[in-house]
Amino acid sequence: MVDAWRILAGITDPEIPVISITELGIVREVTQAANALEVAITPTYSGCPAMHVIEQEIVERLTQAGYAEVRVRTVLAPAWSTDWIAPAARDKLTAYGIAPPGRVNLYPRSVTCPRCGAARTERVSEFGSTACKAHYRCLECLEPFDYFKPL
Amino acid sequence: MSSSTCEFALRMGDNALILGQRLGEWLGHGPQLEEDIASANIALDLVGQARLWLSLAGRLEGRGRDEDALAYARAQHEFRNCTLVELPNGDYAFTIVRRMLFDAYQRVLLGRLAGGAQAEIAAIAAKSKKEADYHWRHSADWTLRFGDGTDESHRRAQGALDRLWGYTRELFVPDPVDPEADSLRGPWLALVEPLLKEATLAIPAETKFISTGKRGLHSEHLGYVLAEMQFLQRAYPGAKW
Repeated sequence: MVDAWRILAGITDPEIPVISITELGIVREVTQAANALEVAITPTYSGCPAMHVIEQEIVERLTQAGYAEVRVRTVLAPAWSTDWIAPAARDKLTAYGIAPPGRVNLYPRSVTCPRCGAARTERVSEFGSTACKAHYRCLECLEPFDYFKPL
Repeated sequence: MSSSTCEFALRMGDNALILGQRLGEWLGHGPQLEEDIASANIALDLVGQARLWLSLAGRLEGRGRDEDALAYARAQHEFRNCTLVELPNGDYAFTIVRRMLFDAYQRVLLGRLAGGAQAEIAAIAAKSKKEADYHWRHSADWTLRFGDGTDESHRRAQGALDRLWGYTRELFVPDPVDPEADSLRGPWLALVEPLLKEATLAIPAETKFISTGKRGLHSEHLGYVLAEMQFLQRAYPGAKW
């Protein structure tokens, strides 16, 4: 099982290629049944098109690694939260130019610019380039950036 | 689980699917780029939620129909969405005010279902509730900006509310599928009323009109939505992307 987790840790989210699906917190469980390895994953957003790609990638990579039969099961409860994103992954998001999510809270306070570190930023839109991001702008360096929405 | 649970899952799925389809119509036509993207993102969430509800409805029905069969191969009278979500988009004020009324309803309803006894329904509801909270933030924000904005934006938002208000009654009509629907109106009003007050919008007088979409008796508008949504699968049954 250690091997399976190690392989899963090498699969990245296609829309955020710097963090792995285990760091994102969507792999919930890996179990070895009699004739198959079962990977339980939970969706980030209900309509996120990346989930399908991730499922295919899980089956492909584990099969290549020698697991004869691999099944992916989707679990909905408990619902995924950005609070599950690993601390190290938050730094990777920042380095990639995406402000990491604040603690889950309907009305978050300030968002720090991932490029220059300034606290003076403003929201351009609640929605951004993918289902999981909002669109912000830094008022110091004037660069636009993505903010990973707390969910 | 009973056939009324299946019927309930159909209502939830159809509400999300049809409103998602309506919002998708704004793609490429939004009043500004950010709003274009917002509508598309919300539509994506709703269609995702619809897939979960319709898959559940198909399993409960037990006749081998999956989410696609239910979305693409049912006729108008078999759809169980409320009439509110099938009305044409109108202008952006109408689109926003409609969504605000629906988002508030979703927050209240999904919140209740998330604490319910049926595990599959509770799981879908808890997941969807988080998204509905976020959607509400957007629709409530714009309702405020339109209502308490310029004379023109106020006029349009009030006009939208006047036309939409009557369609909200249907949401709270109890029936054997949803016997406690009327108890949601209080919590719903507790969200909607303070917002409308802050937005300087007046709640229209109640009328006797009650729409009937959730019983399969729809307005003339749903047929046009389905014609566009189902065209490909009707013309080429079983076609895959």
